Amino acid sequence: MLRYYLKLGMLSIRANPALSALMVAAIGIGIGACMTIMTIQHVMSGNPIPGKSDSLYYVQIDSWDPNNEYNGPNELPEQLTYLDATGIDAAAGDEFRVVWSYKSSRILQPGDGADLPFEVRTRATSFRFFSMFALPFRYGASWDAAADRNREQVVVLSSALNERLFGGGNPVGESVTMNGDVYRVVGVLEPWLPVPKFYDVTNNPYEEPEEAYLPVTVAVAAEHDSAGNTNCWKPFPGGYEAFLNSECIWFQMWAELPTAADKSRFEQLLAAYVEEQKTLGRFPREMHNELSDVMEWMQDNEVVDDDVSVLLGLAFLFLVVCLLNTIGLLLAKVMRRTKDISLRRALGASKQTLFAQYVVEAGLIGIGGGVLGIALTWLGLRGIENLFAGYDFVERLVTMDWVMVLLAVGLAVVSALAAALYPTWRAANVTPASQLRIQ
Amino acid sequence: MLKMTKVSKIYRTDTVETHALREFSLEVQEGEFVSVTGPSGSGKTTFLNIAGLLEELTSGTYELDGRDISALSDRERSKVRNEKIGFIFQSFNLIPELNIFDNVDVPLRYRGFAAPDRRKRIENSLEMVGLASRMEHYPAQLSGGQQQRVAIARALAGEPRFLLADEPTGNLDTEMATNVLDLLDEINGNGTTIIMVTHELTLADRAKRNIFVRDGRVSDGPPEFRLAAAGGQG
Repeated sequence: MLRYYLKLGMLSIRANPALSALMVAAIGIGIGACMTIMTIQHVMSGNPIPGKSDSLYYVQIDSWDPNNEYNGPNELPEQLTYLDATGIDAAAGDEFRVVWSYKSSRILQPGDGADLPFEVRTRATSFRFFSMFALPFRYGASWDAAADRNREQVVVLSSALNERLFGGGNPVGESVTMNGDVYRVVGVLEPWLPVPKFYDVTNNPYEEPEEAYLPVTVAVAAEHDSAGNTNCWKPFPGGYEAFLNSECIWFQMWAELPTAADKSRFEQLLAAYVEEQKTLGRFPREMHNELSDVMEWMQDNEVVDDDVSVLLGLAFLFLVVCLLNTIGLLLAKVMRRTKDISLRRALGASKQTLFAQYVVEAGLIGIGGGVLGIALTWLGLRGIENLFAGYDFVERLVTMDWVMVLLAVGLAVVSALAAALYPTWRAANVTPASQLRIQ
Repeated sequence: MLKMTKVSKIYRTDTVETHALREFSLEVQEGEFVSVTGPSGSGKTTFLNIAGLLEELTSGTYELDGRDISALSDRERSKVRNEKIGFIFQSFNLIPELNIFDNVDVPLRYRGFAAPDRRKRIENSLEMVGLASRMEHYPAQLSGGQQQRVAIARALAGEPRFLLADEPTGNLDTEMATNVLDLLDEINGNGTTIIMVTHELTLADRAKRNIFVRDGRVSDGPPEFRLAAAGGQG
């Protein structure tokens, strides 16, 4: 019977093109508004590293000012000082996989002289960064522990930077010059765009990852300044060395802790470290350490802005308004077809049969609304992209994936079916006798 | 075969009660051709609607093929309606968006017949009413008489035991009306029980038995009716 119902649904839609178009438009506009916001929220709140998000933990300890809370009650500093990053890393040794890094920038001087020097965004980190965050390599590989230890001048390039410098070829073994220092290329990444940029959300979590990766030991030795957020609560004398020994926070640290036992042991390690520092006169506040997995860390940092949730709520309200209109239109359609309904009842259709017929017809309208909704969502996303054309990261927030396309159609069909319940019930309960006799 | 005993039908609004049928009793045997006449508002259409399970009765009993239908669920009533009863309406009631083939197909779809069986039944019934060559036409492309014949084909396609006709010639001219009545005679001759509601005594005269309804009850009727009824029975 489904094929028969589909045929009747199509006939009915063709017989009432204006009314059907209005219903499709009402659902499509509602879905378009909803899906535009949902798409942005979906991209913003997606899991950027699904396979490992439960075992990667962001490390926070309270090294802040005893007289002023960091951002509010119970708020921990988001980053670590150089002293603590190196101290915890040393304490962790080979027992735990720990990565610490910071954002910087360099001026790159192309070797062939064909291009002018330009600024590249760099990340100073350790060799474990690549395996911990599963960065995909096109050429070469990460540097190793010895390179970190020995402060070797090595670099891993992003796919885009390799394209620009070497035309996308294999540059492993070649050298690049940044701020006058020569670095040997050891690897090139495949295009890698985690959204959000989970490993460092202290800056814009939707900006692109860095273009070049250097050993943090090299960066610190060469006094590469931080290009990310840097916060200090205690004055320090000038100079890079003093900065390294200050209470300024500018490092992000992650630990890979696959089991609950690992996490527990690492918490003990942190506690012991803080206790030790307290004996040295640091950490004036009460001990407060935290380990947050990837999704907790995204949530703590409100990677998905509250405004998006408010907008999403408003968009759903708008969808409800559209559905109320659809209910009215469907009722009008049903009332115009009481004679047809009565006739079918007389010819043997039960209430259930008619209900199914009208539900299928509503489903068809829902699919139409879904398709229109996808088109309107695409337009909405392009509108947002144009509105914020100056921000590179917006481009990555306004892309629809198949999940969202299917969700749009699914939501449209469910919405249409919900809207059809009352009119369909009315249709199934039309009293046939009164409609059949008089023309 | 069809037996109504003291059937009452009351339509109620907040302020008004209308007794459409009052202790209406009637028995129709298999193979009969019964006409039901009476003045406007006498209850003849209400009787037909109850007989066709399109309305529920208020009190009394209604047995169809020995089965009390008053306790049936909507699904069971629909099944009985689909399998045992064919309807012919004054206004034909064809579905304008469907061609003739698909119009006749409607009750067969609800019956659940397989496609080849449906096609055979549709072709046979349209053949019987002389419209086999018009299967692809739409109702608007046919005359009134042809449309009513399509409606008859639709009513017959499922081979119902009962044919309920409500003023079947009311929208037709004399020649077309005669053709339709000839067709009903032929159908009745094949064993289908027919109950026809009409307000015209000359049409009622074509039936084998005439019933007169007044004020919701079976009544003797006026002298001209009794005369016609006597002729019909003779």
